Amino acid sequence: MRSQDREQKWSALMRAANAGDQNSYRQLLRELTPVLRAVARRGLSAGGYAAMDAEDVVQETLLAIHLKRQTWDLGSPFSPWLWAIVRHKTIDALRRRGRKIHVPIDDFAEILGNEESEPTMIVEDIDRHLKTLPDRQRDVVKIIAVDGASIGEAAERLAMSAGAVRVALHRGLAALAAKFRMSEQ
Amino acid sequence: MKTDDLIRALTADSGHELPINRIIAMRLVPGVILAVCVYSAVLGLRPHLLTAIESDLRVFFKIGLMVLLVCLVAPLALRLARPGSKWRGAALSLTCVPVLLLAAAGIELFTFPPGDWGSRLMGHNALICVMSIPLLAFGPLAALLWGMRDGAPAQPALAGAVAGLFAGAIGAALYATHCPDDSPLFVVTWYVLGMAIVTAAGSVIGARLLRW
Repeated sequence: MRSQDREQKWSALMRAANAGDQNSYRQLLRELTPVLRAVARRGLSAGGYAAMDAEDVVQETLLAIHLKRQTWDLGSPFSPWLWAIVRHKTIDALRRRGRKIHVPIDDFAEILGNEESEPTMIVEDIDRHLKTLPDRQRDVVKIIAVDGASIGEAAERLAMSAGAVRVALHRGLAALAAKFRMSEQ
Repeated sequence: MKTDDLIRALTADSGHELPINRIIAMRLVPGVILAVCVYSAVLGLRPHLLTAIESDLRVFFKIGLMVLLVCLVAPLALRLARPGSKWRGAALSLTCVPVLLLAAAGIELFTFPPGDWGSRLMGHNALICVMSIPLLAFGPLAALLWGMRDGAPAQPALAGAVAGLFAGAIGAALYATHCPDDSPLFVVTWYVLGMAIVTAAGSVIGARLLRW
């Protein structure tokens, strides 16, 4: 896919997502994931780290994209915004692993058509961080993420209101992002 | 938790979000109200402000310049809160403020003999000026940093410094309507020092608070 087409497609998905279309949002995040994975793998191997850890960086970046999505201005192009977030989180994640590291990619153009998609590596960080969340937040995040429950189903299983589930989910995700940020590797 | 699981949770958490500019603007309101309250309680308008503005261009200049600074820094602060946005043009536009101020100070030096320079620079209230600007800036700075925390500044220290400059400029604009010292020599020294203090504070706080 040419980068112009990609830009148009991602912008359209993000705009639909902002208007409340969850399917568009899911599709966007799924399409971004292999790109993030390629960036993380390159950054890690350039820094002399095992590409195995890349999935942790991918998940941290996805959390940042999600929690900062209101900073994308609907009228401006999507790719520079996305790239700035990816770059920031990748550098941040690598720096925490010990070194100040240059991300050896200047923009997505170098990644295009060069994506590795299969998530072969182990995920560690998010499960470790999940354990340290308050019980309610952890239960809600787990039931929705791993068991695939809807907000309503989670509310029923945990005997909470749907509103309380939404709040716990959002706080849980924000707390996870903070744990990633604070963790020393 | 697999990445696809995480995406499921993120999707469930999605929905309508206020744009960051709106969030920052809403949070600024109480901060600015606090500044105006402190101003009314501690300082207040100088007597015969309108007459002073009409009779001396310097009064109009110092108030107008600080208002101009507020108007130029605001879009820069909003841009710095958004990753990947172009902010250098907005930063460049700020340079007109020191240029105008230095030009005015130069004219002042031409207008008055060197013997008067010292007294015009020191004015009556130098210390009060330097203390008042940070005092008035406190509310707007806290409010803007709070709003920027919901943003994603790629350079937290710079974003914090610009937040400090914005808050300092609000403090200076308010103070300018109280202060009886109108010489550009006074403004270029003490106003600038007061705003520099707030800018430095914003930078230090921002470097920690605005990380994401």
